[in-house]
Amino acid sequence: MGCNGLREVHVSDVTAAIKKLCVSANCNVPRETIGALERAVETEESPVGREVLKQILENHRIAREEGVPACQDTGVAMVFVEVGQDVHFVGGDLYAAINEGVRQGYTEGYLRKSLVNDPLFKRVNTGDNTPAMIYVDIVPGTDVKITVAPKGGGAENMSGIAMLAPAAGVEGVKKFVVERVQKAGSNPCPPVVVGVGIGGTFDRVALLAKKALLRPVGSHNPDPAYAKLEEELLAEINKLGIGPQGFGGRTTALAVNIEYAPCHIASMPVAVNLNCHVGPHETVVL
Amino acid sequence: MAIEISTPLTDEVVARLKAGDNVRISGILYTARDAAHKRLVALLAEGKELPMDIRGQIVYYVGPTPARPGRAIGSAGPTTSYRMDSYAPVLMEHGLKGMIGKGSRSQDVRDAMVRFKAVYFAAIGGAGALLAKCVKASELVAYEDLGPEAIRKLTVEGFPAVVVNDIYGNDLYEEGVRKYRVS
Repeated sequence: MGCNGLREVHVSDVTAAIKKLCVSANCNVPRETIGALERAVETEESPVGREVLKQILENHRIAREEGVPACQDTGVAMVFVEVGQDVHFVGGDLYAAINEGVRQGYTEGYLRKSLVNDPLFKRVNTGDNTPAMIYVDIVPGTDVKITVAPKGGGAENMSGIAMLAPAAGVEGVKKFVVERVQKAGSNPCPPVVVGVGIGGTFDRVALLAKKALLRPVGSHNPDPAYAKLEEELLAEINKLGIGPQGFGGRTTALAVNIEYAPCHIASMPVAVNLNCHVGPHETVVL
Repeated sequence: MAIEISTPLTDEVVARLKAGDNVRISGILYTARDAAHKRLVALLAEGKELPMDIRGQIVYYVGPTPARPGRAIGSAGPTTSYRMDSYAPVLMEHGLKGMIGKGSRSQDVRDAMVRFKAVYFAAIGGAGALLAKCVKASELVAYEDLGPEAIRKLTVEGFPAVVVNDIYGNDLYEEGVRKYRVS
């Protein structure tokens, strides 16, 4: 403890934690996702789909046991940090420390470097997978909670936002979400996890959809109305017939996770962000 | 039961493959993604030689993770193929016989497959750890500056894939969805 009840956290501890999370998240598929894939093997009607699901499970086992990334697209490093407001970072710049952790994790951990410096003209690989996409929230307390969620390009490219009129209602939201998943088809490596944001503003709704993907597969929004909508959307999406890898089947999505926020009286933003069947993310509290 | 095929692919072998067939591929695969395709197609447009002979060959849309010491390759699953759609027809015109990726192709690419007698295979996306086990050797061919997007020559044994588009115009994704869709 420093003076005035502040807890001092050295940024080198942040770097070390991020480095470890980058490697671990890419090699260890969340156990809730594995559980959902195992259940899908039992329920999938398509023989090809069942075979694909079994191979995916075998892949995830090899990744965990041999410390190999489950997918070659080890993604852009999404880093979410919840900082207790009584924490005082010492020893350097927090953002630089996070990027240093990503650099060390991706270079020393044999992960793929998938970032280019300029999106349009130069497109030169930055060589160390930095910069990370960093979101910092200030929360009460003295903890620092760090989540690393490597995000692959294939599923990310299938995202979408709609600024719906409030009159569109539940049916409007359902139509947009189901159509996005249908349009994505085999591209985002189904079975997918569907992150949905509803409300906020144009910028905020995308972040809500992304944060929805951080929730474990099988968890539900604490609000019963949104939890019910998650179930209904999952059922509708699994009627699309896309199936594992898009070869046809009942298991197109493993889960639909919704996060919502208040919004303007004139607005009803909706965003869809997809995760593949790997959907990596890992959290640590310092 | 999977059909065993090896590279280079002949017209006779290609003609035998039908959408939905499971195959195990042995031989050579050339890796190339977006940036490498852009360069290859630019070379062809200028009438220059490619860094490898693509006639009868298969291009694998993959950007692997770096190999750990003692391994041939890191994680090595397919990337999404539609991003290569604008480049693929001209490569087929110059003799490319197969592509491995994931996800559906444009009508232009599908038409080119019928015209130039080439096939499109899907490997399981996100199964990079499993697929890497079939890669026995990896050798840099060109464009090292592109990092994970460099062109590599992979020697594979029993690499599992499914025929999505054959030379007869069939498409496994369309057929599969039609079968299981609940309207």
